[in-house]
Amino acid sequence: MTTEVAVLGAGMHPWGKWGRGFTEYGVTAARAALDDAGLDWRDVDAVVGADTVRGGYPGYVAGATFARALGWQGARVTSVYAACASGAQAIDVARARILAGLSRVVLVVGADAAPKGFFRPAGGERPDDPDWLRFRLLGATNPVYFGLYARRRMALYGDTLEDFAAVKVKNAALGALNPHARYRARVTPEEVAASPVVADPLRLLDICATSDGGAALVLAGADFTRAHAESRPVRIRAVSTLTPRYPTQVLDLPDIATDSAAGVEPSGEPLRTAIVRAAYEEAGIGPEDLSLAEVYDLSTALELQWYEDLGLCGAGEGAKLLREGATALGGRTPVNVSGGLASFGEAVPAQAIAQVCELTRQLRGEAGERQVAGARVGIAANQGLFGHGSAVVVVR
Amino acid sequence: MVDGWFTGDGDDFRLLGTRCAACASVFFPREDVHCRNPGCEGGELAEVALSRRGRVWSYTDCRYRPPSPYVSDRELPWEPYALVAVELEAERMVVLGQAAPGVGVGELAVGMEVEAVPGVLGEDPGDAGTVWTTWNWRPVEVSA
Repeated sequence: MTTEVAVLGAGMHPWGKWGRGFTEYGVTAARAALDDAGLDWRDVDAVVGADTVRGGYPGYVAGATFARALGWQGARVTSVYAACASGAQAIDVARARILAGLSRVVLVVGADAAPKGFFRPAGGERPDDPDWLRFRLLGATNPVYFGLYARRRMALYGDTLEDFAAVKVKNAALGALNPHARYRARVTPEEVAASPVVADPLRLLDICATSDGGAALVLAGADFTRAHAESRPVRIRAVSTLTPRYPTQVLDLPDIATDSAAGVEPSGEPLRTAIVRAAYEEAGIGPEDLSLAEVYDLSTALELQWYEDLGLCGAGEGAKLLREGATALGGRTPVNVSGGLASFGEAVPAQAIAQVCELTRQLRGEAGERQVAGARVGIAANQGLFGHGSAVVVVR
Repeated sequence: MVDGWFTGDGDDFRLLGTRCAACASVFFPREDVHCRNPGCEGGELAEVALSRRGRVWSYTDCRYRPPSPYVSDRELPWEPYALVAVELEAERMVVLGQAAPGVGVGELAVGMEVEAVPGVLGEDPGDAGTVWTTWNWRPVEVSA
């Protein structure tokens, strides 16, 4: 029985605003991943698509949409939606099929053609939808939540605007080295400070853009990998996709309020920490084992929060860790060496898959100028709308 | 827009939630069907007025016009408004709301005491005379 899942291929469509359909981005990424694996599309026995909700019906049935564009060949098919965690959930489904012995080779694809400016809920009068309500009643965009977290960190831990800007400076310098990134120019602290405020205290350059993009992985079980004579064995050792535990204590997208702790004592472990802990436990590793991490830097301030959630430092010590250079390329645990969402922007169903593409390249030693020396263990972590969060541990 | 989320005028203005009779969990926005506590077998969900005052958990503002379904007059220049997340001590929960008109981020601080007051979300552009009401958070005046 197969106990491990290998990444045989990783492929991406460059991020940007290309003005084309999401299917094209996904198919480009899928073909790149198949090429990377040295496999033909007809070798794939299952395809899992991460859905986009901005593509109409074809976007809601992404698995079949990509399969049709690649050429119907009778593969098993699944489509999954979990907002920003969609890509990780697609990987989770593919991995579970392989571990259960239901599939040998699975293609995972996510792609999106994002709108300009703020994300917004689907149209119509829908007061039963919390996402619709937060926009209609409060005008609370995604950056509003990032602003709340940032201001809270400033009050609690003394983080400064300069600390936030330093995250952008770090990630932009790394994105400049990544040919798949949308933004490939270095950024100075002065440029961050001069950019307009979007949601106090965060400025335009503190917040990730919306982008088009696509990413894909070819996954297979140990038997197939051996038979395929794969010489670059990168394996997925854990995928945790969890919900929060009642009662939540941190106001999260898209909610207007947290749960009340009047009836139940909170567990004390917020969702992001729980996601990471579950992944560490499943993989049998700890933060000290990490060679690198890819996290959702939806805002600069949120990246600092992730350092703490990953256990790289204690609560409130994120900015200190950054200032010490521990999370820069060459530091103890580089974070977002791909350039992060700061350099890519959000292509929602693709980004968690893109994180694993980056980990794969890094663990194979194929990351060029942004290579983390001797990388052996990486984690990718994300959090999605409506209480989804995931972490993926990849090892060499 | 949505019924039964707040009631009263002036000093009597209160946000309305529901409370589970079995486990005392409070819900806002109101939960009228099932108690969401996973360890609760479920009791009657009765309407309850939330604490009028709380302390600022965090705050931010909208410097750019939010997209629809937020309604704003595109003929007028955008006026940023602040949003305040407020921690209610008795309910042990955080409730987000717009700050009262004239209260910007410069007037706010984490930990500051605020109170819920009636507010206006906007007027219906297609149906003259319909005014959508809402709740606002306003800093409590410090008495001498």
